[in-house]
Amino acid sequence: MADIAIRNVEKSYSKTAVLHGINLEIIDGEFLVILGPSGCGKSTLLRMIAGLEGITRGEIAIGGRVVNALEPRERGCAMVFQNYALYPHMTVGENIGYALKVAGLPKVERERRVAEIAQIVGLEAFLARRPSELSGGQRQRVAMGRAMIREPKVFLFDEPLSNLDAKLRVQMRLEIRRLHQRLKATSVFVTHDQIEAMSLADRIVVMNQGRIEQAGPPRQLYAEPATRFVASFLGAPAMNLLPATIVAKDRARMADGTEIALDPGRFVVEIGQAVEIGIRPEDVMIVWPGSEGAHALEVEFTEDMGSSRLIHTRLGGMEFTVLQPTAQIEAQSTLHINLPENVIHLFDARTGSRLIRAGATIGTLASAAA
Amino acid sequence: MRDAGLIERAPVLNAITHVLMIAGLLIAAFPIYVVFIASTHDLPTVNRVPMPLWPGDHLVQNYTTVWNKSDFGAKMINSLIVATGVTIGKITLAALTAFSIVFFRYRARMLIFWAIFITLMLPLEVRIVPTYAVAADVAEPLRWLVWLFGFELGIAPINLLNTYTGLILPLVATATGTFLYRQFFLTIPDTLVEAARMDGAGPLRFFREHLIPLSRNNMAALATIMFVYAWNQYLWPLLITTDARMATATMQLQKIVPGPLFGQPPVWNEAMAATLLVMVPPLLVVIFMQGAFVRGLVATDK
Repeated sequence: MADIAIRNVEKSYSKTAVLHGINLEIIDGEFLVILGPSGCGKSTLLRMIAGLEGITRGEIAIGGRVVNALEPRERGCAMVFQNYALYPHMTVGENIGYALKVAGLPKVERERRVAEIAQIVGLEAFLARRPSELSGGQRQRVAMGRAMIREPKVFLFDEPLSNLDAKLRVQMRLEIRRLHQRLKATSVFVTHDQIEAMSLADRIVVMNQGRIEQAGPPRQLYAEPATRFVASFLGAPAMNLLPATIVAKDRARMADGTEIALDPGRFVVEIGQAVEIGIRPEDVMIVWPGSEGAHALEVEFTEDMGSSRLIHTRLGGMEFTVLQPTAQIEAQSTLHINLPENVIHLFDARTGSRLIRAGATIGTLASAAA
Repeated sequence: MRDAGLIERAPVLNAITHVLMIAGLLIAAFPIYVVFIASTHDLPTVNRVPMPLWPGDHLVQNYTTVWNKSDFGAKMINSLIVATGVTIGKITLAALTAFSIVFFRYRARMLIFWAIFITLMLPLEVRIVPTYAVAADVAEPLRWLVWLFGFELGIAPINLLNTYTGLILPLVATATGTFLYRQFFLTIPDTLVEAARMDGAGPLRFFREHLIPLSRNNMAALATIMFVYAWNQYLWPLLITTDARMATATMQLQKIVPGPLFGQPPVWNEAMAATLLVMVPPLLVVIFMQGAFVRGLVATDK
């Protein structure tokens, strides 16, 4: 059992608080991704689990044992670093087997295990080489092999893919996923890349400014973001956010007078409340000119992304993007769109939190698009 | 070759550079040439003015005479022991102090760092009198310290005069090596330290299995500098050794120059032969360490 319990954990450097009361339970065997912009404290949290940073307040328990006072080597965690942190003076084989050497395993046993791991990560032919003679992807594999050989209870990944080029990143992402399916070890993966997070995670934790914004399965976070921050951070192209004021139970008005219809059954709002209306670019419906409730938007420019086209326009003076399958429409100068009421997200402009009536759900378009 | 085009387009500059380089080489090499020429003539020829600039025929004779006369075999061994001792001591001390300063956080760390730094400004020659006093009785500073608190300490004087320890220790205790090591240790990425910690390596293990292998080039550079520095020491050995058996080769050189009787011309031919002999060991060290030496000072091993 290697569940991780993080209870009221705080971290401050002298007077500056970096983490404010983090509470998180990581289930045994789960692949958890901590997602957030740089400086949100996600790496600090990971390093605190690893034992590389002290815990200012609160406690962390791994497998039911509080590890606050334990050295990294006593916690049963293995870590993969962003820059790999391979030992430059050792061969690939020595790098992978180093933890066993420290643990005092006899040489024969060590070599057997290194060969085994090398086969899993596909480095049998490179065992005698130095890290400096390897490519980025191979170095990444050495780092993973080095973490795997100890058969740790917990794998910690600190942005391990951000030094790789785009193609290799996708490939290594799949390999990490495969590895996890095979080893079933609890894994915590830190990244600022939402695509990485969406594709790898059993569960995503979105962090912002030292706090957890939302935790849940990728699908849920995407479809039902609890805050404006989560809504804007997940998804590429990013969700459109339009500041507006509620003028009626079923209507909000933007600064320039543009009115957007809301489903009164879904939201709990007050007249006069400042809100932000969120709608994902793929949820926007393109309609015929003159359709009921349609907005006519002037197209600024379009980005062709192959399978789809990203249309940049303005709605009520705000930047607004629309994503449509390439085949669907021809490029044109004016776009007529409709904002389906059932896919609109609504956030309080002041607190950033989601305004939704209990039991109401986000509509089907978003789920269907993915 | 990024500069190839530039050089091609400036043949005149190129030629001037070469001329300057060759001139510099000649200026640097000429005194050594004179030393060599002087060591090949007999006494009357070498004292003639001007001295001939072509080799004479007393080469073998001069070298054998001076080697046997001044017991250079034993002196060279003394020098070798001292230079090796200083080199090893210096590297050990430098690596350990830099390890402590760079990788550990403790109270007064910066104070200690600056205290070490200040010793750079106090070479042995400046503090030679107190150093001699300490070498004459190692227990003296301790006795003083205890006396400050109002006690008398009854330790018999510990004398380091005429010992290898006395020759070596004061030369070891300087900061240059610590700095070279500190600069190198600072280039080691934090994540490497952390990776070693995650793999379960404690501080001593990290020092032994990571820092030492990584600093091999540094060590070679420091060893070369220190060996030559210690081998060339003159003042300190002269001061601390009175017993002829403990004399070093460099000290021995000055005993050769005066003629056997007062008023006779100095024995330059033999002195110059001895000089060249004494130059050989450091020269060999430099030649053998050259590659690693340059790498250690110029680039980090990637």
